Amino acid sequence: MKYLDEFQDPALAKRLLDDIHATATQPWAMMEVCGGQTHSIIRHGLDQLLPDGIELIHGPGCPVCVTPLEVIDKALEIAARPDVIFCSFGDMLRVPGSDKDLFRVKSAGGDVRVVYSPLDALNLARQNPDKQVVFFGIGFETTAPPNAMTVYQAKRLGIENFSLLVSHVRVPPAIEAIMTSPDCRVQAFLAAGHVCTVMGTGEYPPLSERFAVPIVVTGFEPLDILEGIRRAVHQLEDGRAEVENAYPRVVLPEGNPVAVKMLEDVFEVVDRSWRGIGMIPKSGWRLSERYRAYDAEERFDVGDIHTQESSVCRSGEVLQGLIKPHECSAFGTLCTPRNPLGATMVSSEGACAAYYLYRRMSVPASGTSGSVPASGTSGSVPASGTSGSVPAQATGEEKKVTPVG
Amino acid sequence: MCLAVPGRVLEISERDGTRIAQVDFGGVSKEVCLEYVPDLQVGEYTIVHVGFALQRLDEQSALETLDLFRQMGELEAEFGDQWGRAAEQAGLPRPDLAPSMETVDSPAGPGGEAGPR
Repeated sequence: MKYLDEFQDPALAKRLLDDIHATATQPWAMMEVCGGQTHSIIRHGLDQLLPDGIELIHGPGCPVCVTPLEVIDKALEIAARPDVIFCSFGDMLRVPGSDKDLFRVKSAGGDVRVVYSPLDALNLARQNPDKQVVFFGIGFETTAPPNAMTVYQAKRLGIENFSLLVSHVRVPPAIEAIMTSPDCRVQAFLAAGHVCTVMGTGEYPPLSERFAVPIVVTGFEPLDILEGIRRAVHQLEDGRAEVENAYPRVVLPEGNPVAVKMLEDVFEVVDRSWRGIGMIPKSGWRLSERYRAYDAEERFDVGDIHTQESSVCRSGEVLQGLIKPHECSAFGTLCTPRNPLGATMVSSEGACAAYYLYRRMSVPASGTSGSVPASGTSGSVPASGTSGSVPAQATGEEKKVTPVG
Repeated sequence: MCLAVPGRVLEISERDGTRIAQVDFGGVSKEVCLEYVPDLQVGEYTIVHVGFALQRLDEQSALETLDLFRQMGELEAEFGDQWGRAAEQAGLPRPDLAPSMETVDSPAGPGGEAGPR
């Protein structure tokens, strides 16, 4: 975004930024959980419009990135089988497994198909009764209800040749893991809006209270993110730690109760490994006993997987917010979107891909690990101070801003 | 992947006991399952994730978000040619796709290419 006039509502953007500048009296570090938010922030240069001390730490909310290597390798093995039609969302095609990806399985003759919806995969199963149709069910709480409904329908309609390779993950246990990590620097969270569209906000007050950390639910659009940051800064400056919903136009406190009920029927909570991070207790879902027959891991014997992760890739540290992407020595050299060493470099929600795409090639001159490149460090991106649009010192007269929601 | 895109309900039908809508996303039309927002009506706006309506949305918010998503290339990312994009990123040829895969793999599938940009 770099310049205020690129916002949909430049006057509102200026009010939000002025308020953030006027309110922040000391450095604060907050994490945006969702990879979609990370992309929006980097693409629009939102971090460069903030006061120097306000750091955005990029979180682990990239489902493609955290899907365990072992599950990717299982997917690749199943997809290569002659009797299988393997269906996936497009953003899994180039996620590196131990020695190939789904794109290469397809090029080698495997029947890999990109679908828009998991229901498309179920239809393929109907149309191809002599084939096993497997859908790669990954994602956070937003994507789990569609996959749950698809398995529910498969069972209801008696479509036996359909199965789900499941690697679903949940946000609240990840927040808990981040806050209990000895390296934790996070002082506030921007929670992922569409996850809360499904789950509501009820899981967050216990976390906010236990860790004394503000949690602000917000969206993906630049103005939504600025409003989320603004509210988090106010809480931090006031010494408050509450859950706020800055995205009420699509997030109701109760979420979507019909979807939550379906999740509770079709899935059960399990410990889950996150790629680059490790096991997080109770952080995932698998099919419940009632639907276990539709679990691709049960249906296909894919034991004996020997995973081989890149030895130089530091995507795990990126996913935990410990380093920024360009602090990895492989970034932009050994590791590019064309030859990715880690999933964070290929996913449309991966932080490495965002930094590569929008040319944040250099390490901040200040040298502080993970500090915000506040000005002049990003090569092609003009620093906020030169845009002339955002005064470093706000007038403070506009304390009230229009709610973005 | 967690992005949900606003769209307008064009028509509603029933299939296998399930409510299915045709939803317009700024020029791209897709089939959407309404089981999670069962009282959604024709003409209303909803946010949709991978073919499932997740919540109702007011018209003004929907149009603003759609406009922004179009500018940001998000509609192309959601509805465009995924194989072509992956091939370009990989620097490899786009794999030959079997004719039977038209409905799900082709950008010229139902609803056609993502809207004007």
